[in-house]
Amino acid sequence: MDNYAVEMTGITKIFGEGFKANDNVNLRVKRGDIHALVGENGAGKSTLMNILYGMYRPDSGYIKINSAEKTFHSPSEAISGGIGMVHQHFMLVETLSVLENIILGDEPAGFAGIIDYNTCRKRIKELAFVFRIDIDLDAKVGSLPVGIQQKIEILKILYRNAEILILDEPTAVLTPRETEGLFKTLKELRSEGKTIILISHKMSEVLSISDRITVLRRGKVTGDLHTADTGKSELGRLIVGEEIADLSVKVKTPFEDTILEVKNVSIKNDRKFLAIEDISFLVQSGEILGIAGVEGNGQTELIEALSGIREIDSGTVLLNGKRLQQNDVIAHIPADRHKHGIVKEYPLYMNILLGRESESGFSTPYHLKQKELINYTDNLIKEFDIRPADHGQLMGGLSGGNQQKAVAARELTKDTDLIIASHPTRGLDIKAAKFVHEALLSERRKGKAVVLVSTDLSELLMLSDRIAVMYNGTITGMFKAVQTDENEIGMYMTGMMAKDSKK
Amino acid sequence: MQELPMDEILDIAFLLQTLRITIPYLLPSVGAVFSEKGGVINIALEGILLAGAFCTAVGTFYTGNVLLGIVCGVSAGVLIAYIHSIITITFKANQIVSGIALNIFALGITKFFCKILFNSSSNSARIEGLETLNLPFNPFLLLCIIILAISYITIYRTKFGLRLRAAGENPEAADSLGINVNRIRYAGVLISGALAGLGGAWLAFEQHSFTDGMSAGRGYIALAAMIIGKWNPLGAAAACLLFGFAESFTLQFQNSGIPTQFIQMLPYVLTIIVLAGFIGKANPPAADGIPFEKKD
Ligand SMILES: Nc1ncnc2c1ncn2[C@@H]1O[C@H](COP(=O)(O)OP(=O)(O)OP(=O)(O)O)[C@@H](O)[C@H]1O
Ligand SMILES: [Mg+2]
Repeated sequence: MDNYAVEMTGITKIFGEGFKANDNVNLRVKRGDIHALVGENGAGKSTLMNILYGMYRPDSGYIKINSAEKTFHSPSEAISGGIGMVHQHFMLVETLSVLENIILGDEPAGFAGIIDYNTCRKRIKELAFVFRIDIDLDAKVGSLPVGIQQKIEILKILYRNAEILILDEPTAVLTPRETEGLFKTLKELRSEGKTIILISHKMSEVLSISDRITVLRRGKVTGDLHTADTGKSELGRLIVGEEIADLSVKVKTPFEDTILEVKNVSIKNDRKFLAIEDISFLVQSGEILGIAGVEGNGQTELIEALSGIREIDSGTVLLNGKRLQQNDVIAHIPADRHKHGIVKEYPLYMNILLGRESESGFSTPYHLKQKELINYTDNLIKEFDIRPADHGQLMGGLSGGNQQKAVAARELTKDTDLIIASHPTRGLDIKAAKFVHEALLSERRKGKAVVLVSTDLSELLMLSDRIAVMYNGTITGMFKAVQTDENEIGMYMTGMMAKDSKK
Repeated sequence: MQELPMDEILDIAFLLQTLRITIPYLLPSVGAVFSEKGGVINIALEGILLAGAFCTAVGTFYTGNVLLGIVCGVSAGVLIAYIHSIITITFKANQIVSGIALNIFALGITKFFCKILFNSSSNSARIEGLETLNLPFNPFLLLCIIILAISYITIYRTKFGLRLRAAGENPEAADSLGINVNRIRYAGVLISGALAGLGGAWLAFEQHSFTDGMSAGRGYIALAAMIIGKWNPLGAAAACLLFGFAESFTLQFQNSGIPTQFIQMLPYVLTIIVLAGFIGKANPPAADGIPFEKKD
């Protein structure tokens, strides 16, 4: 009867004046299970896990760990209670090495506090071996791809002997391959008797890996299911409270002007090596060009160059037949919204203004038109269903998904012919993701040109007219979306195949 | 223009002079590394040097004991650093403003007590000092070298150092691992105070007295050296040595026929060249200067 690793009972958490992020939530997780926690953006998943991890204090309710009542006042108490968490946004110190990041806060030290690197290196190597995680312990964390950074986070937890692992949207930033690797690790952990709580928006993942599922909606539990007894449609209904309609049908658009022309472009990365070598492609009005590829094959540099953040080394980029200028207006949904998309300390309506401050609707040469801006924001909040519906809310207080919606709202309503979207649905719930998909399709219908970078192949196949596959800084294949499939693209992504794509 | 007498540059007296000039840069500069690695900018080092010199002079004068004098100087440094910590870490006030205020405060209060204790607002009575400062291997110099080595090891090899670097680089991450970021930051700032206080003691001993405003911008130069040294104690020490050399050079050739203005300009030209040309882009700790706010 008492084989529960975690029992959270009657948890309520109130933010600000009476906003209940968690409302009388009950969560019970069996020992040795992979337990999925799902729900819309802003449903309160991260909040609930932060409470379990001792970051937040609940306003009411109690927590039992292995049947004993526990109150964690801080993460360090939770850690010593056997709980570890991988946050939605990684908690890594980029300038430190992998090894240093793992031992930080729990360093074996000898005389005068000098760290015994040999001991911990051995220990971590053992852990890595048992759980089949393979990393170079001396690399600087900042230089590693996200998939590896995630493994570091997991090792960090295992190093602290955690029995209960919380993973907040671990797959949002991973490629399909990396996700596979992560799931292998998670299964390995489960077979060693660890308990795992996994937050994810991807239904297929949740259904394939979890044992049980708890669904949250607007702070309340709306479902508690055996994975084996449920399916996509029931789950979708519990999450959003309604049936999700299929994506609207993509018909051929009548436009044929070329909007974006990239000719023999080469681009250097931060370390001054060529990240992109001599690539050429066109994007037409009313067309979505998907760009597929494992992260780190030049997509980032290409997108940065197209959106004007990075200089091109040689070649030309033409927008509507004219050389692309720094001050050309382009809609850009960046991959890393925290670095490039938002200012967390500004309220929502100021974030809507970012990059658009000289539009005549928002400002005169002398001052900002606050009232117009706020009205405009209120409309976007309605149109894009941003929650909470408050233009004065600080951006940092919005849930990850709602931050992304706000960025999409700002960019897609810009007056421009070119939209560059980089992982636009990363971290979005199914409803919000569908919303962004519809928005992109509707811009396409209006005759805009869209460049869509994503590691989610099903998303690319669904939305794109053509798909360019990037490998090692070049385009190795260009396909009509209707004439290809995930397998073929996957082969080109890993460099196993390439065909001449010039012209 | 005259031939430069090269043999003079390399003689032992010149070397010692260089070291003597370097020490009061080096100690606060290494101190600054501790403070900024943890995420707190401490420009109060200038005032701490001054107060350290004053309290060393007073302590030595009244006890007649050089060691007790040093203890006084270091304590004064720690005290001012403690005030800086309370203002900037606990109350999260602007670190530059607090530093400037403390510098002005140190300037005023040393003058004030100088007048009361020594009946002169410009200098103290003569103190014993360390005669051995003129020896190549005097104990104070040795102490500085040991401090430098220990500092390096502390920052890069110990538990404390690792946590300090994490606190200045990504305090949220450190906090999520149960590290008390603010306490670590306090420690970093207090160490910087102790080291700068010791630098002040050196100044007082070298001149055998305290004189008004005797820190003369050394605290700021120490900060510049820390930046040139890329927030690494050894790098900072090398930069301080460079400044010490340039200044020593200036003194040496003041009467050599080369226009003195030109010679006096040298240390600064050197700084600019080094900063612009030889040192690559230096990255300060990512959270340097930003108070840490814990989530509720
Ligand atoms: N520190 C905070 N202050 C005020 N409101 C907050 C804070 N943290 C979260 N919220 C609000 O609480 C609600 C739940 O947020 P939470 O981050 O738990 O959502 P989530 O389910 O993790 O969503 P997502 O899938 O987008 O990450 C959101 O409406 C959010 O705006
Ligand atoms: Mg979340």
